[in-house]
Amino acid sequence: MQQIKSRTVPVRMENIDTDQIIPARFLKATSREGFGKNLFRDWRYENDDENSPKADFPLNDPRWSGTILVAGKNFGCGSSREHAAWAIKDAGFEVVVSSFFADIFRNNALNNFLLPVQVSETFLQQIFEAVDADPATELSVDLPAQTITIATTGVSESFDINPYKKTCLINGYDDIDYLINMMPEIESFEADRAAV
Amino acid sequence: MGKTLFDKIWESHVVKTIEGGPSVLYIDRHFIHEVTSPQAFNGLRKRGMPVFRPQQVVATADHNVPTLNQELPIREELSRKQVEMLVKNCAEFGIELYGLGHPYQGIVHVIGPELGVTQPGMTIVCGDSHTSTHGAFGTIAFGIGTSEVEMVLTTQCLLQSRPKLMRINVDGQLNPGVLSKDIILYIISLLSASGATGYFVEYAGSAIRSLSMEGRMTICNMSIEMGARGGLIAPDETTFDYMKGRQFAPAGETWEKSLAYWKTLYSDNDAVFDVEININAADIEPMVTYGTNPGMGIGVSRNVPDQSSIPENERGNYMKALQYMGLKDGQPIKGQAVDYVFIGSCTNSRIEDLRLVADFVRGKQKADNVEVWIVPGSKQVEQAARAEGLDQIFEAAGFMLRQPGCSACLGMNEDKIPAGKYCISTSNRNFEGRQGPNARTLLASPLTAAVAAVTGHVGDVREFI
Repeated sequence: MQQIKSRTVPVRMENIDTDQIIPARFLKATSREGFGKNLFRDWRYENDDENSPKADFPLNDPRWSGTILVAGKNFGCGSSREHAAWAIKDAGFEVVVSSFFADIFRNNALNNFLLPVQVSETFLQQIFEAVDADPATELSVDLPAQTITIATTGVSESFDINPYKKTCLINGYDDIDYLINMMPEIESFEADRAAV
Repeated sequence: MGKTLFDKIWESHVVKTIEGGPSVLYIDRHFIHEVTSPQAFNGLRKRGMPVFRPQQVVATADHNVPTLNQELPIREELSRKQVEMLVKNCAEFGIELYGLGHPYQGIVHVIGPELGVTQPGMTIVCGDSHTSTHGAFGTIAFGIGTSEVEMVLTTQCLLQSRPKLMRINVDGQLNPGVLSKDIILYIISLLSASGATGYFVEYAGSAIRSLSMEGRMTICNMSIEMGARGGLIAPDETTFDYMKGRQFAPAGETWEKSLAYWKTLYSDNDAVFDVEININAADIEPMVTYGTNPGMGIGVSRNVPDQSSIPENERGNYMKALQYMGLKDGQPIKGQAVDYVFIGSCTNSRIEDLRLVADFVRGKQKADNVEVWIVPGSKQVEQAARAEGLDQIFEAAGFMLRQPGCSACLGMNEDKIPAGKYCISTSNRNFEGRQGPNARTLLASPLTAAVAAVTGHVGDVREFI
């Protein structure tokens, strides 16, 4: 993962919890795939019916497309279900932009190479205004430079990411590989503790 | 400078800290259940790895299980398959499973403490956000995603950054009728559903100290509802009394050694927190939520906030929540009719909760317009309730005592609240659709739920005592 430039799908709600992202009744699968079709299920469809999409929900609105999801503050709060990150990723998104992320969701996203970009509330509103004015507005996310730019206005902001996680994302490493390489140290840690 | 309780535990579990990055944190106990573990086991198979320390993992089936006729096969096919998959995975990887039919089966956050698996000073994780419950024993306990479940199964470690620390002091005498559930709903209403994000919260003060272990678990359980990674309470005599004699608690010489260590687990007088909040226990009244996140709660005597009191940029979301709930801004919450009463979940399904409800309803009858489900947190809670005759009190009142599981807390198993119906619930989340598509949840304490069960509407328990 390096640079991503794309149009957006804006979901202008705050406190979007993981039960909205993927309701519990869809957590019964035993693989990681296929959750995208139920992303935002109860906001997306009338009466739980895939043939009755709610026209005003952004995922059903042809104005919105692309691989960057933009949402209000405290995105991903609630349940720890990683299925939320899987659903977003499976629906084709690579980046989620919000002014605030819940901790567990942020970790889950990073572990699935889905980039959470936390911006200021002001910048978030600028994104919403820009895409309102022109739905084709693209955002550019530059992970190495840690910047996000609104293409039409040129307005840019930098974002934070843990340097270790940044290296992982850029190089495609995951935490499990790192931990498995540490097994001898973990075993000696256990031995030291047992000796106390 | 002194150390916080959190840092004492954290530092003794850090295997290594990556420069400019997270720490490798050693995990003492790992609880797993059927919903968030299958993909992790698939990951192990893919890498050809065993479970590194199977004796430090405990499994149960709780989210998908029916709470009636548990002796029969699960009717819903996908739920049945997920539970069967857990049985298969535990057998293949050598993990102890307290599955359906086992005398220890129950909600993962109820059985860990009641079996004495949860012990002060430990690091504990589970693929479930309410893992914070175990913090009541003075542990670092937090929920993780499935990739992290896989990491802990594989290496017994996680990569974690040290969170910021918050201490919430609740001092003074609690008012009659006010339970620990009211304390935590009050705290979340003050801090909002995101107010503690990035923090681990230590709860302290005389009102917290006065609580039983069950009460403390209720508080720590809902830490996640204000965004906190976890919550914890320093262990004390109440904790030690609870631990003594439990199935997997230390015994004999090991007990004395453990106890000596547990007694060192408190925040030093000069320990510094990033944020400190002081609350007067006397300010708390029985609480009820009116909205679609747990921060939207009020004292039962109050009105749903008028929209004019909500900042303009938040008003749209606010009115959307009220519309979902079918409530009007400015209306009293007291008197709101309910259709279902759910007493259960990892927040409030322990024997103490059931005793409180039974004491209240003894000799009373359920209101005609409500259905009341009492769902014990574990087989042991169920057994104790029956042994004490609580089942007969419930039956006489027209309540149904069901079998253990997560039940109507999350709309995943058979127990769902129908669309548009109001449920007063002792669980932890009032999100849209949480208890079933378009179900409307009012979170409250077991006593406030019991009042609704006998009156058919939201009422003030203080008028009954």
